[in-house]
Amino acid sequence: MADLRVNLAGIESPNPFWLASAPPTNSGYQVQRAFEAGWGGAVWKTLGEPIINTSSRFAAVNFGGKRVAGFNNIELITDRPIEVNLKEIYETKKRFPNHAIVASLMVEPSREKWHEIVKRVEDVGVDGLELNFGCPHGMAERGMGAASGQQPDLVESQTMWVKEVAKTPVIVKLTPNITDITMTAKAAARGGADAISMINTINSLAGVDLDTWNTIPHVAGKGAHGGYCGPAVKPIALNMVAECARNASINVPISGIGGISNWRDAVEYMLMGSTNVQVCTAAMHHGFSIVEDMIDGLNNYLDEKKILSVTELIGKSVEKYSDWGNLDLNYRVVAKINTDVCINCNKCHIACEDTAHQCIDMLTDLKGNRYLKVREVDCVGCNLCAIVCPEEGAISMIELPREKITMSWNERQHALANLKS
Amino acid sequence: MIDNHKTFVSLAILNRNFDEVKAGLSAAEAMDESNRCLYCYDAPCIQACPTGINIPSFIKKIASGNLKGSATTIMEENPVGASCARVCPTEELCEGACVLNHSTKPIMIGDLQRYATDWAIKNEQILFKAGEKNGMSVGIIGGGPAGLSAARELARLGYDVTIYEAKAKAGGLNTYGIVSFRLPQKVAQWEVDQVEKLGVQIKTNITVGRDISVNEILETYDSVVLAVGMSKGAMLQIEGEELKGVHDAIQFVEDSKTKELTDALVGKRVVVIGAGNTAIDAATCSVRLGAENVKILYRRSQKEMTAYEFEYEFAKQDNVEFRWLTAPTRLIGDSNGQLKQLECIKMELGEPGIDGRRRPIPVEGSEFIIEVDAVIKAIGQTRYLDLIDAFGIEQHKGSVKINLETYQTSNPKVYAIGDVIFGDGQGEAMVVSAAQHGKKAAYSIHQRLKNTKSETA
Repeated sequence: MADLRVNLAGIESPNPFWLASAPPTNSGYQVQRAFEAGWGGAVWKTLGEPIINTSSRFAAVNFGGKRVAGFNNIELITDRPIEVNLKEIYETKKRFPNHAIVASLMVEPSREKWHEIVKRVEDVGVDGLELNFGCPHGMAERGMGAASGQQPDLVESQTMWVKEVAKTPVIVKLTPNITDITMTAKAAARGGADAISMINTINSLAGVDLDTWNTIPHVAGKGAHGGYCGPAVKPIALNMVAECARNASINVPISGIGGISNWRDAVEYMLMGSTNVQVCTAAMHHGFSIVEDMIDGLNNYLDEKKILSVTELIGKSVEKYSDWGNLDLNYRVVAKINTDVCINCNKCHIACEDTAHQCIDMLTDLKGNRYLKVREVDCVGCNLCAIVCPEEGAISMIELPREKITMSWNERQHALANLKS
Repeated sequence: MIDNHKTFVSLAILNRNFDEVKAGLSAAEAMDESNRCLYCYDAPCIQACPTGINIPSFIKKIASGNLKGSATTIMEENPVGASCARVCPTEELCEGACVLNHSTKPIMIGDLQRYATDWAIKNEQILFKAGEKNGMSVGIIGGGPAGLSAARELARLGYDVTIYEAKAKAGGLNTYGIVSFRLPQKVAQWEVDQVEKLGVQIKTNITVGRDISVNEILETYDSVVLAVGMSKGAMLQIEGEELKGVHDAIQFVEDSKTKELTDALVGKRVVVIGAGNTAIDAATCSVRLGAENVKILYRRSQKEMTAYEFEYEFAKQDNVEFRWLTAPTRLIGDSNGQLKQLECIKMELGEPGIDGRRRPIPVEGSEFIIEVDAVIKAIGQTRYLDLIDAFGIEQHKGSVKINLETYQTSNPKVYAIGDVIFGDGQGEAMVVSAAQHGKKAAYSIHQRLKNTKSETA
């Protein structure tokens, strides 16, 4: 049994799996059920001036018959009075002293407002604060959430205001609705953030109904953009985490969020620099019990790798992530088809023929059996065939013996410049 | 579940026994299954389908919610695609060729085909349009799968098409010869409707050679398609065939599809002679009519049986007993002429005959008696020899000789398709093959007539 405890900027939890600030953490009842199910921490549904929510709030994107590949919502922050939330936070913390309870906060970008709310929530015993600079819909139209999170100076100043009074660690939650997330991450760090979390949801419109031509979802025939999350956003979020993790001027721990559905996703996030992870859509899709396999699977993985503590994973792949200009242009892989495993669906052939480099031939052997073969000289190693192949092990990408020395684009440009000078 | 409890069998229960056995896929099942299809390139299932349906395409269309497109893709290549979805030996054809046989399990292509075509039936879709009239006409004799298929394609090519059908309804085997619980008549009738809506005239209750002469047909049309299938069931050629209680399987199945069901077989002992697909139909039909015990007698062994594997399984699930290497020798009746007993003889397999199957040889002195109330003969069908002769076309043992490419008979104006050409090394006796014959004959006719027209023009 590996040690799954993590410590995010001073916030300790029995495992790295937290529920993100969202509908699952709306009430004490829910958070306590989540802790009973095994979740290590919870970021309470964002507190602020109570709002009014719309009816009809969520929508999902299904893909290939699978439900909830992506998830979209237009729900705002908590619509319950702050006193009720604080009372429930207090009760929950009392019942689960070893679990992390973080209060997500969102107020107008004013120093007084921030000071006031920070004091109120810290009084009930939260373990940390998460500043919601990311919510992309509704609140942003009122100058909060993503609206303030898109401006590095506002991120910095608001973080600073919070830090002026906060006694618990401060996490700044960033919006992905920005060209370069490292800009706001740096601003948070400059403002004194103890940690950053990412990503909040991505601006989205889940769909349009083909019969009514209404947006999905719609509120009395009208729609507005929502925030997108779920499995489909994972690659976007993972990149943002990795970009921040490898950036030397952002030296604060990261709480990874975005499409984490199982322990495997969590391991990837941690390898790419997350200290812990936050989950929402997977819980909304399947209920709190999914954390059981997250914990169990992570534990078995660590045991198998003979890793004693989950913290040893944090950031282990970060150094492998770089700029394109640093990639070795002389490295070569080619596809190889294992005809014993291949089931002859010919998907690799047509993918390569129509959309890649026309290097997979459909052939017939002397006995009349059909088979597929890669013309290695023409294969650029794009991986497309291996991606579309439905049969595990039928196509492998094989590393070719190195013919030339390592040479990245940057090295090449550098060498060329040296030649000229 | 078949309900034939002896003590109380109402006709309502018997009728329920004839409801389609297999439920269609639900929308969710169809979605799951269609999404499982890999959408192979140059897919082997297409190659394995005698009509060459673009299977990955119709399945993809189910997944995308384009059910009209899916049904059209199916029916485009197979004018009796709704029936074939139910009666094709898919495990030997498309599903047998599915690449997923090598990894997980094959796609349920037949069930998906049924799902798409059921949608078209339910939503009363008309999937095809007649072509612009080209002034030429084709007469088709026989409104079964082959005739309908030829008719539809010819109508789409602009021909004036008339089908002569001896029975009250077109559809042939699909309408009359396959038990309702496998293929309800309404499915076959939808396919007939599709053809009729293209302007094809279907003259029912007209027997060519009796109600209209062959010569008249030959003179009336620019081309003639012979698609008459096969005739009545063959006789056993043993004593007692005239007894009450002795039935012909083809007629027996037809009665179950066209007449009110009766309780005549409730609690009775039935023996079916033969082990082809019609024998299975007659046996399972008997079970559903309330027979207490149903046996299939076959003079060869299980290995030589011509019924499809899934048909055999189906019969076994219906508790049909199989008596291999057993042949009937005599039907014995009582004083009222009612069948009472069947005398049989044990057989053993000798040397292979010309068809490659080992010949059954009677074991001397092995005769025994089975007590029976009904015997159903299902040992094959006879041919419409007189009609074939009236056309004066070449045939061998009733199987019309054709050019395998064009389906043209020895009379260049006459084409022959479907079961009338089956046998003697020609063709496959499957509905789906008949459909393909019809298409190909239509294209051959068009090829020929199009040229004659341009020559005269």
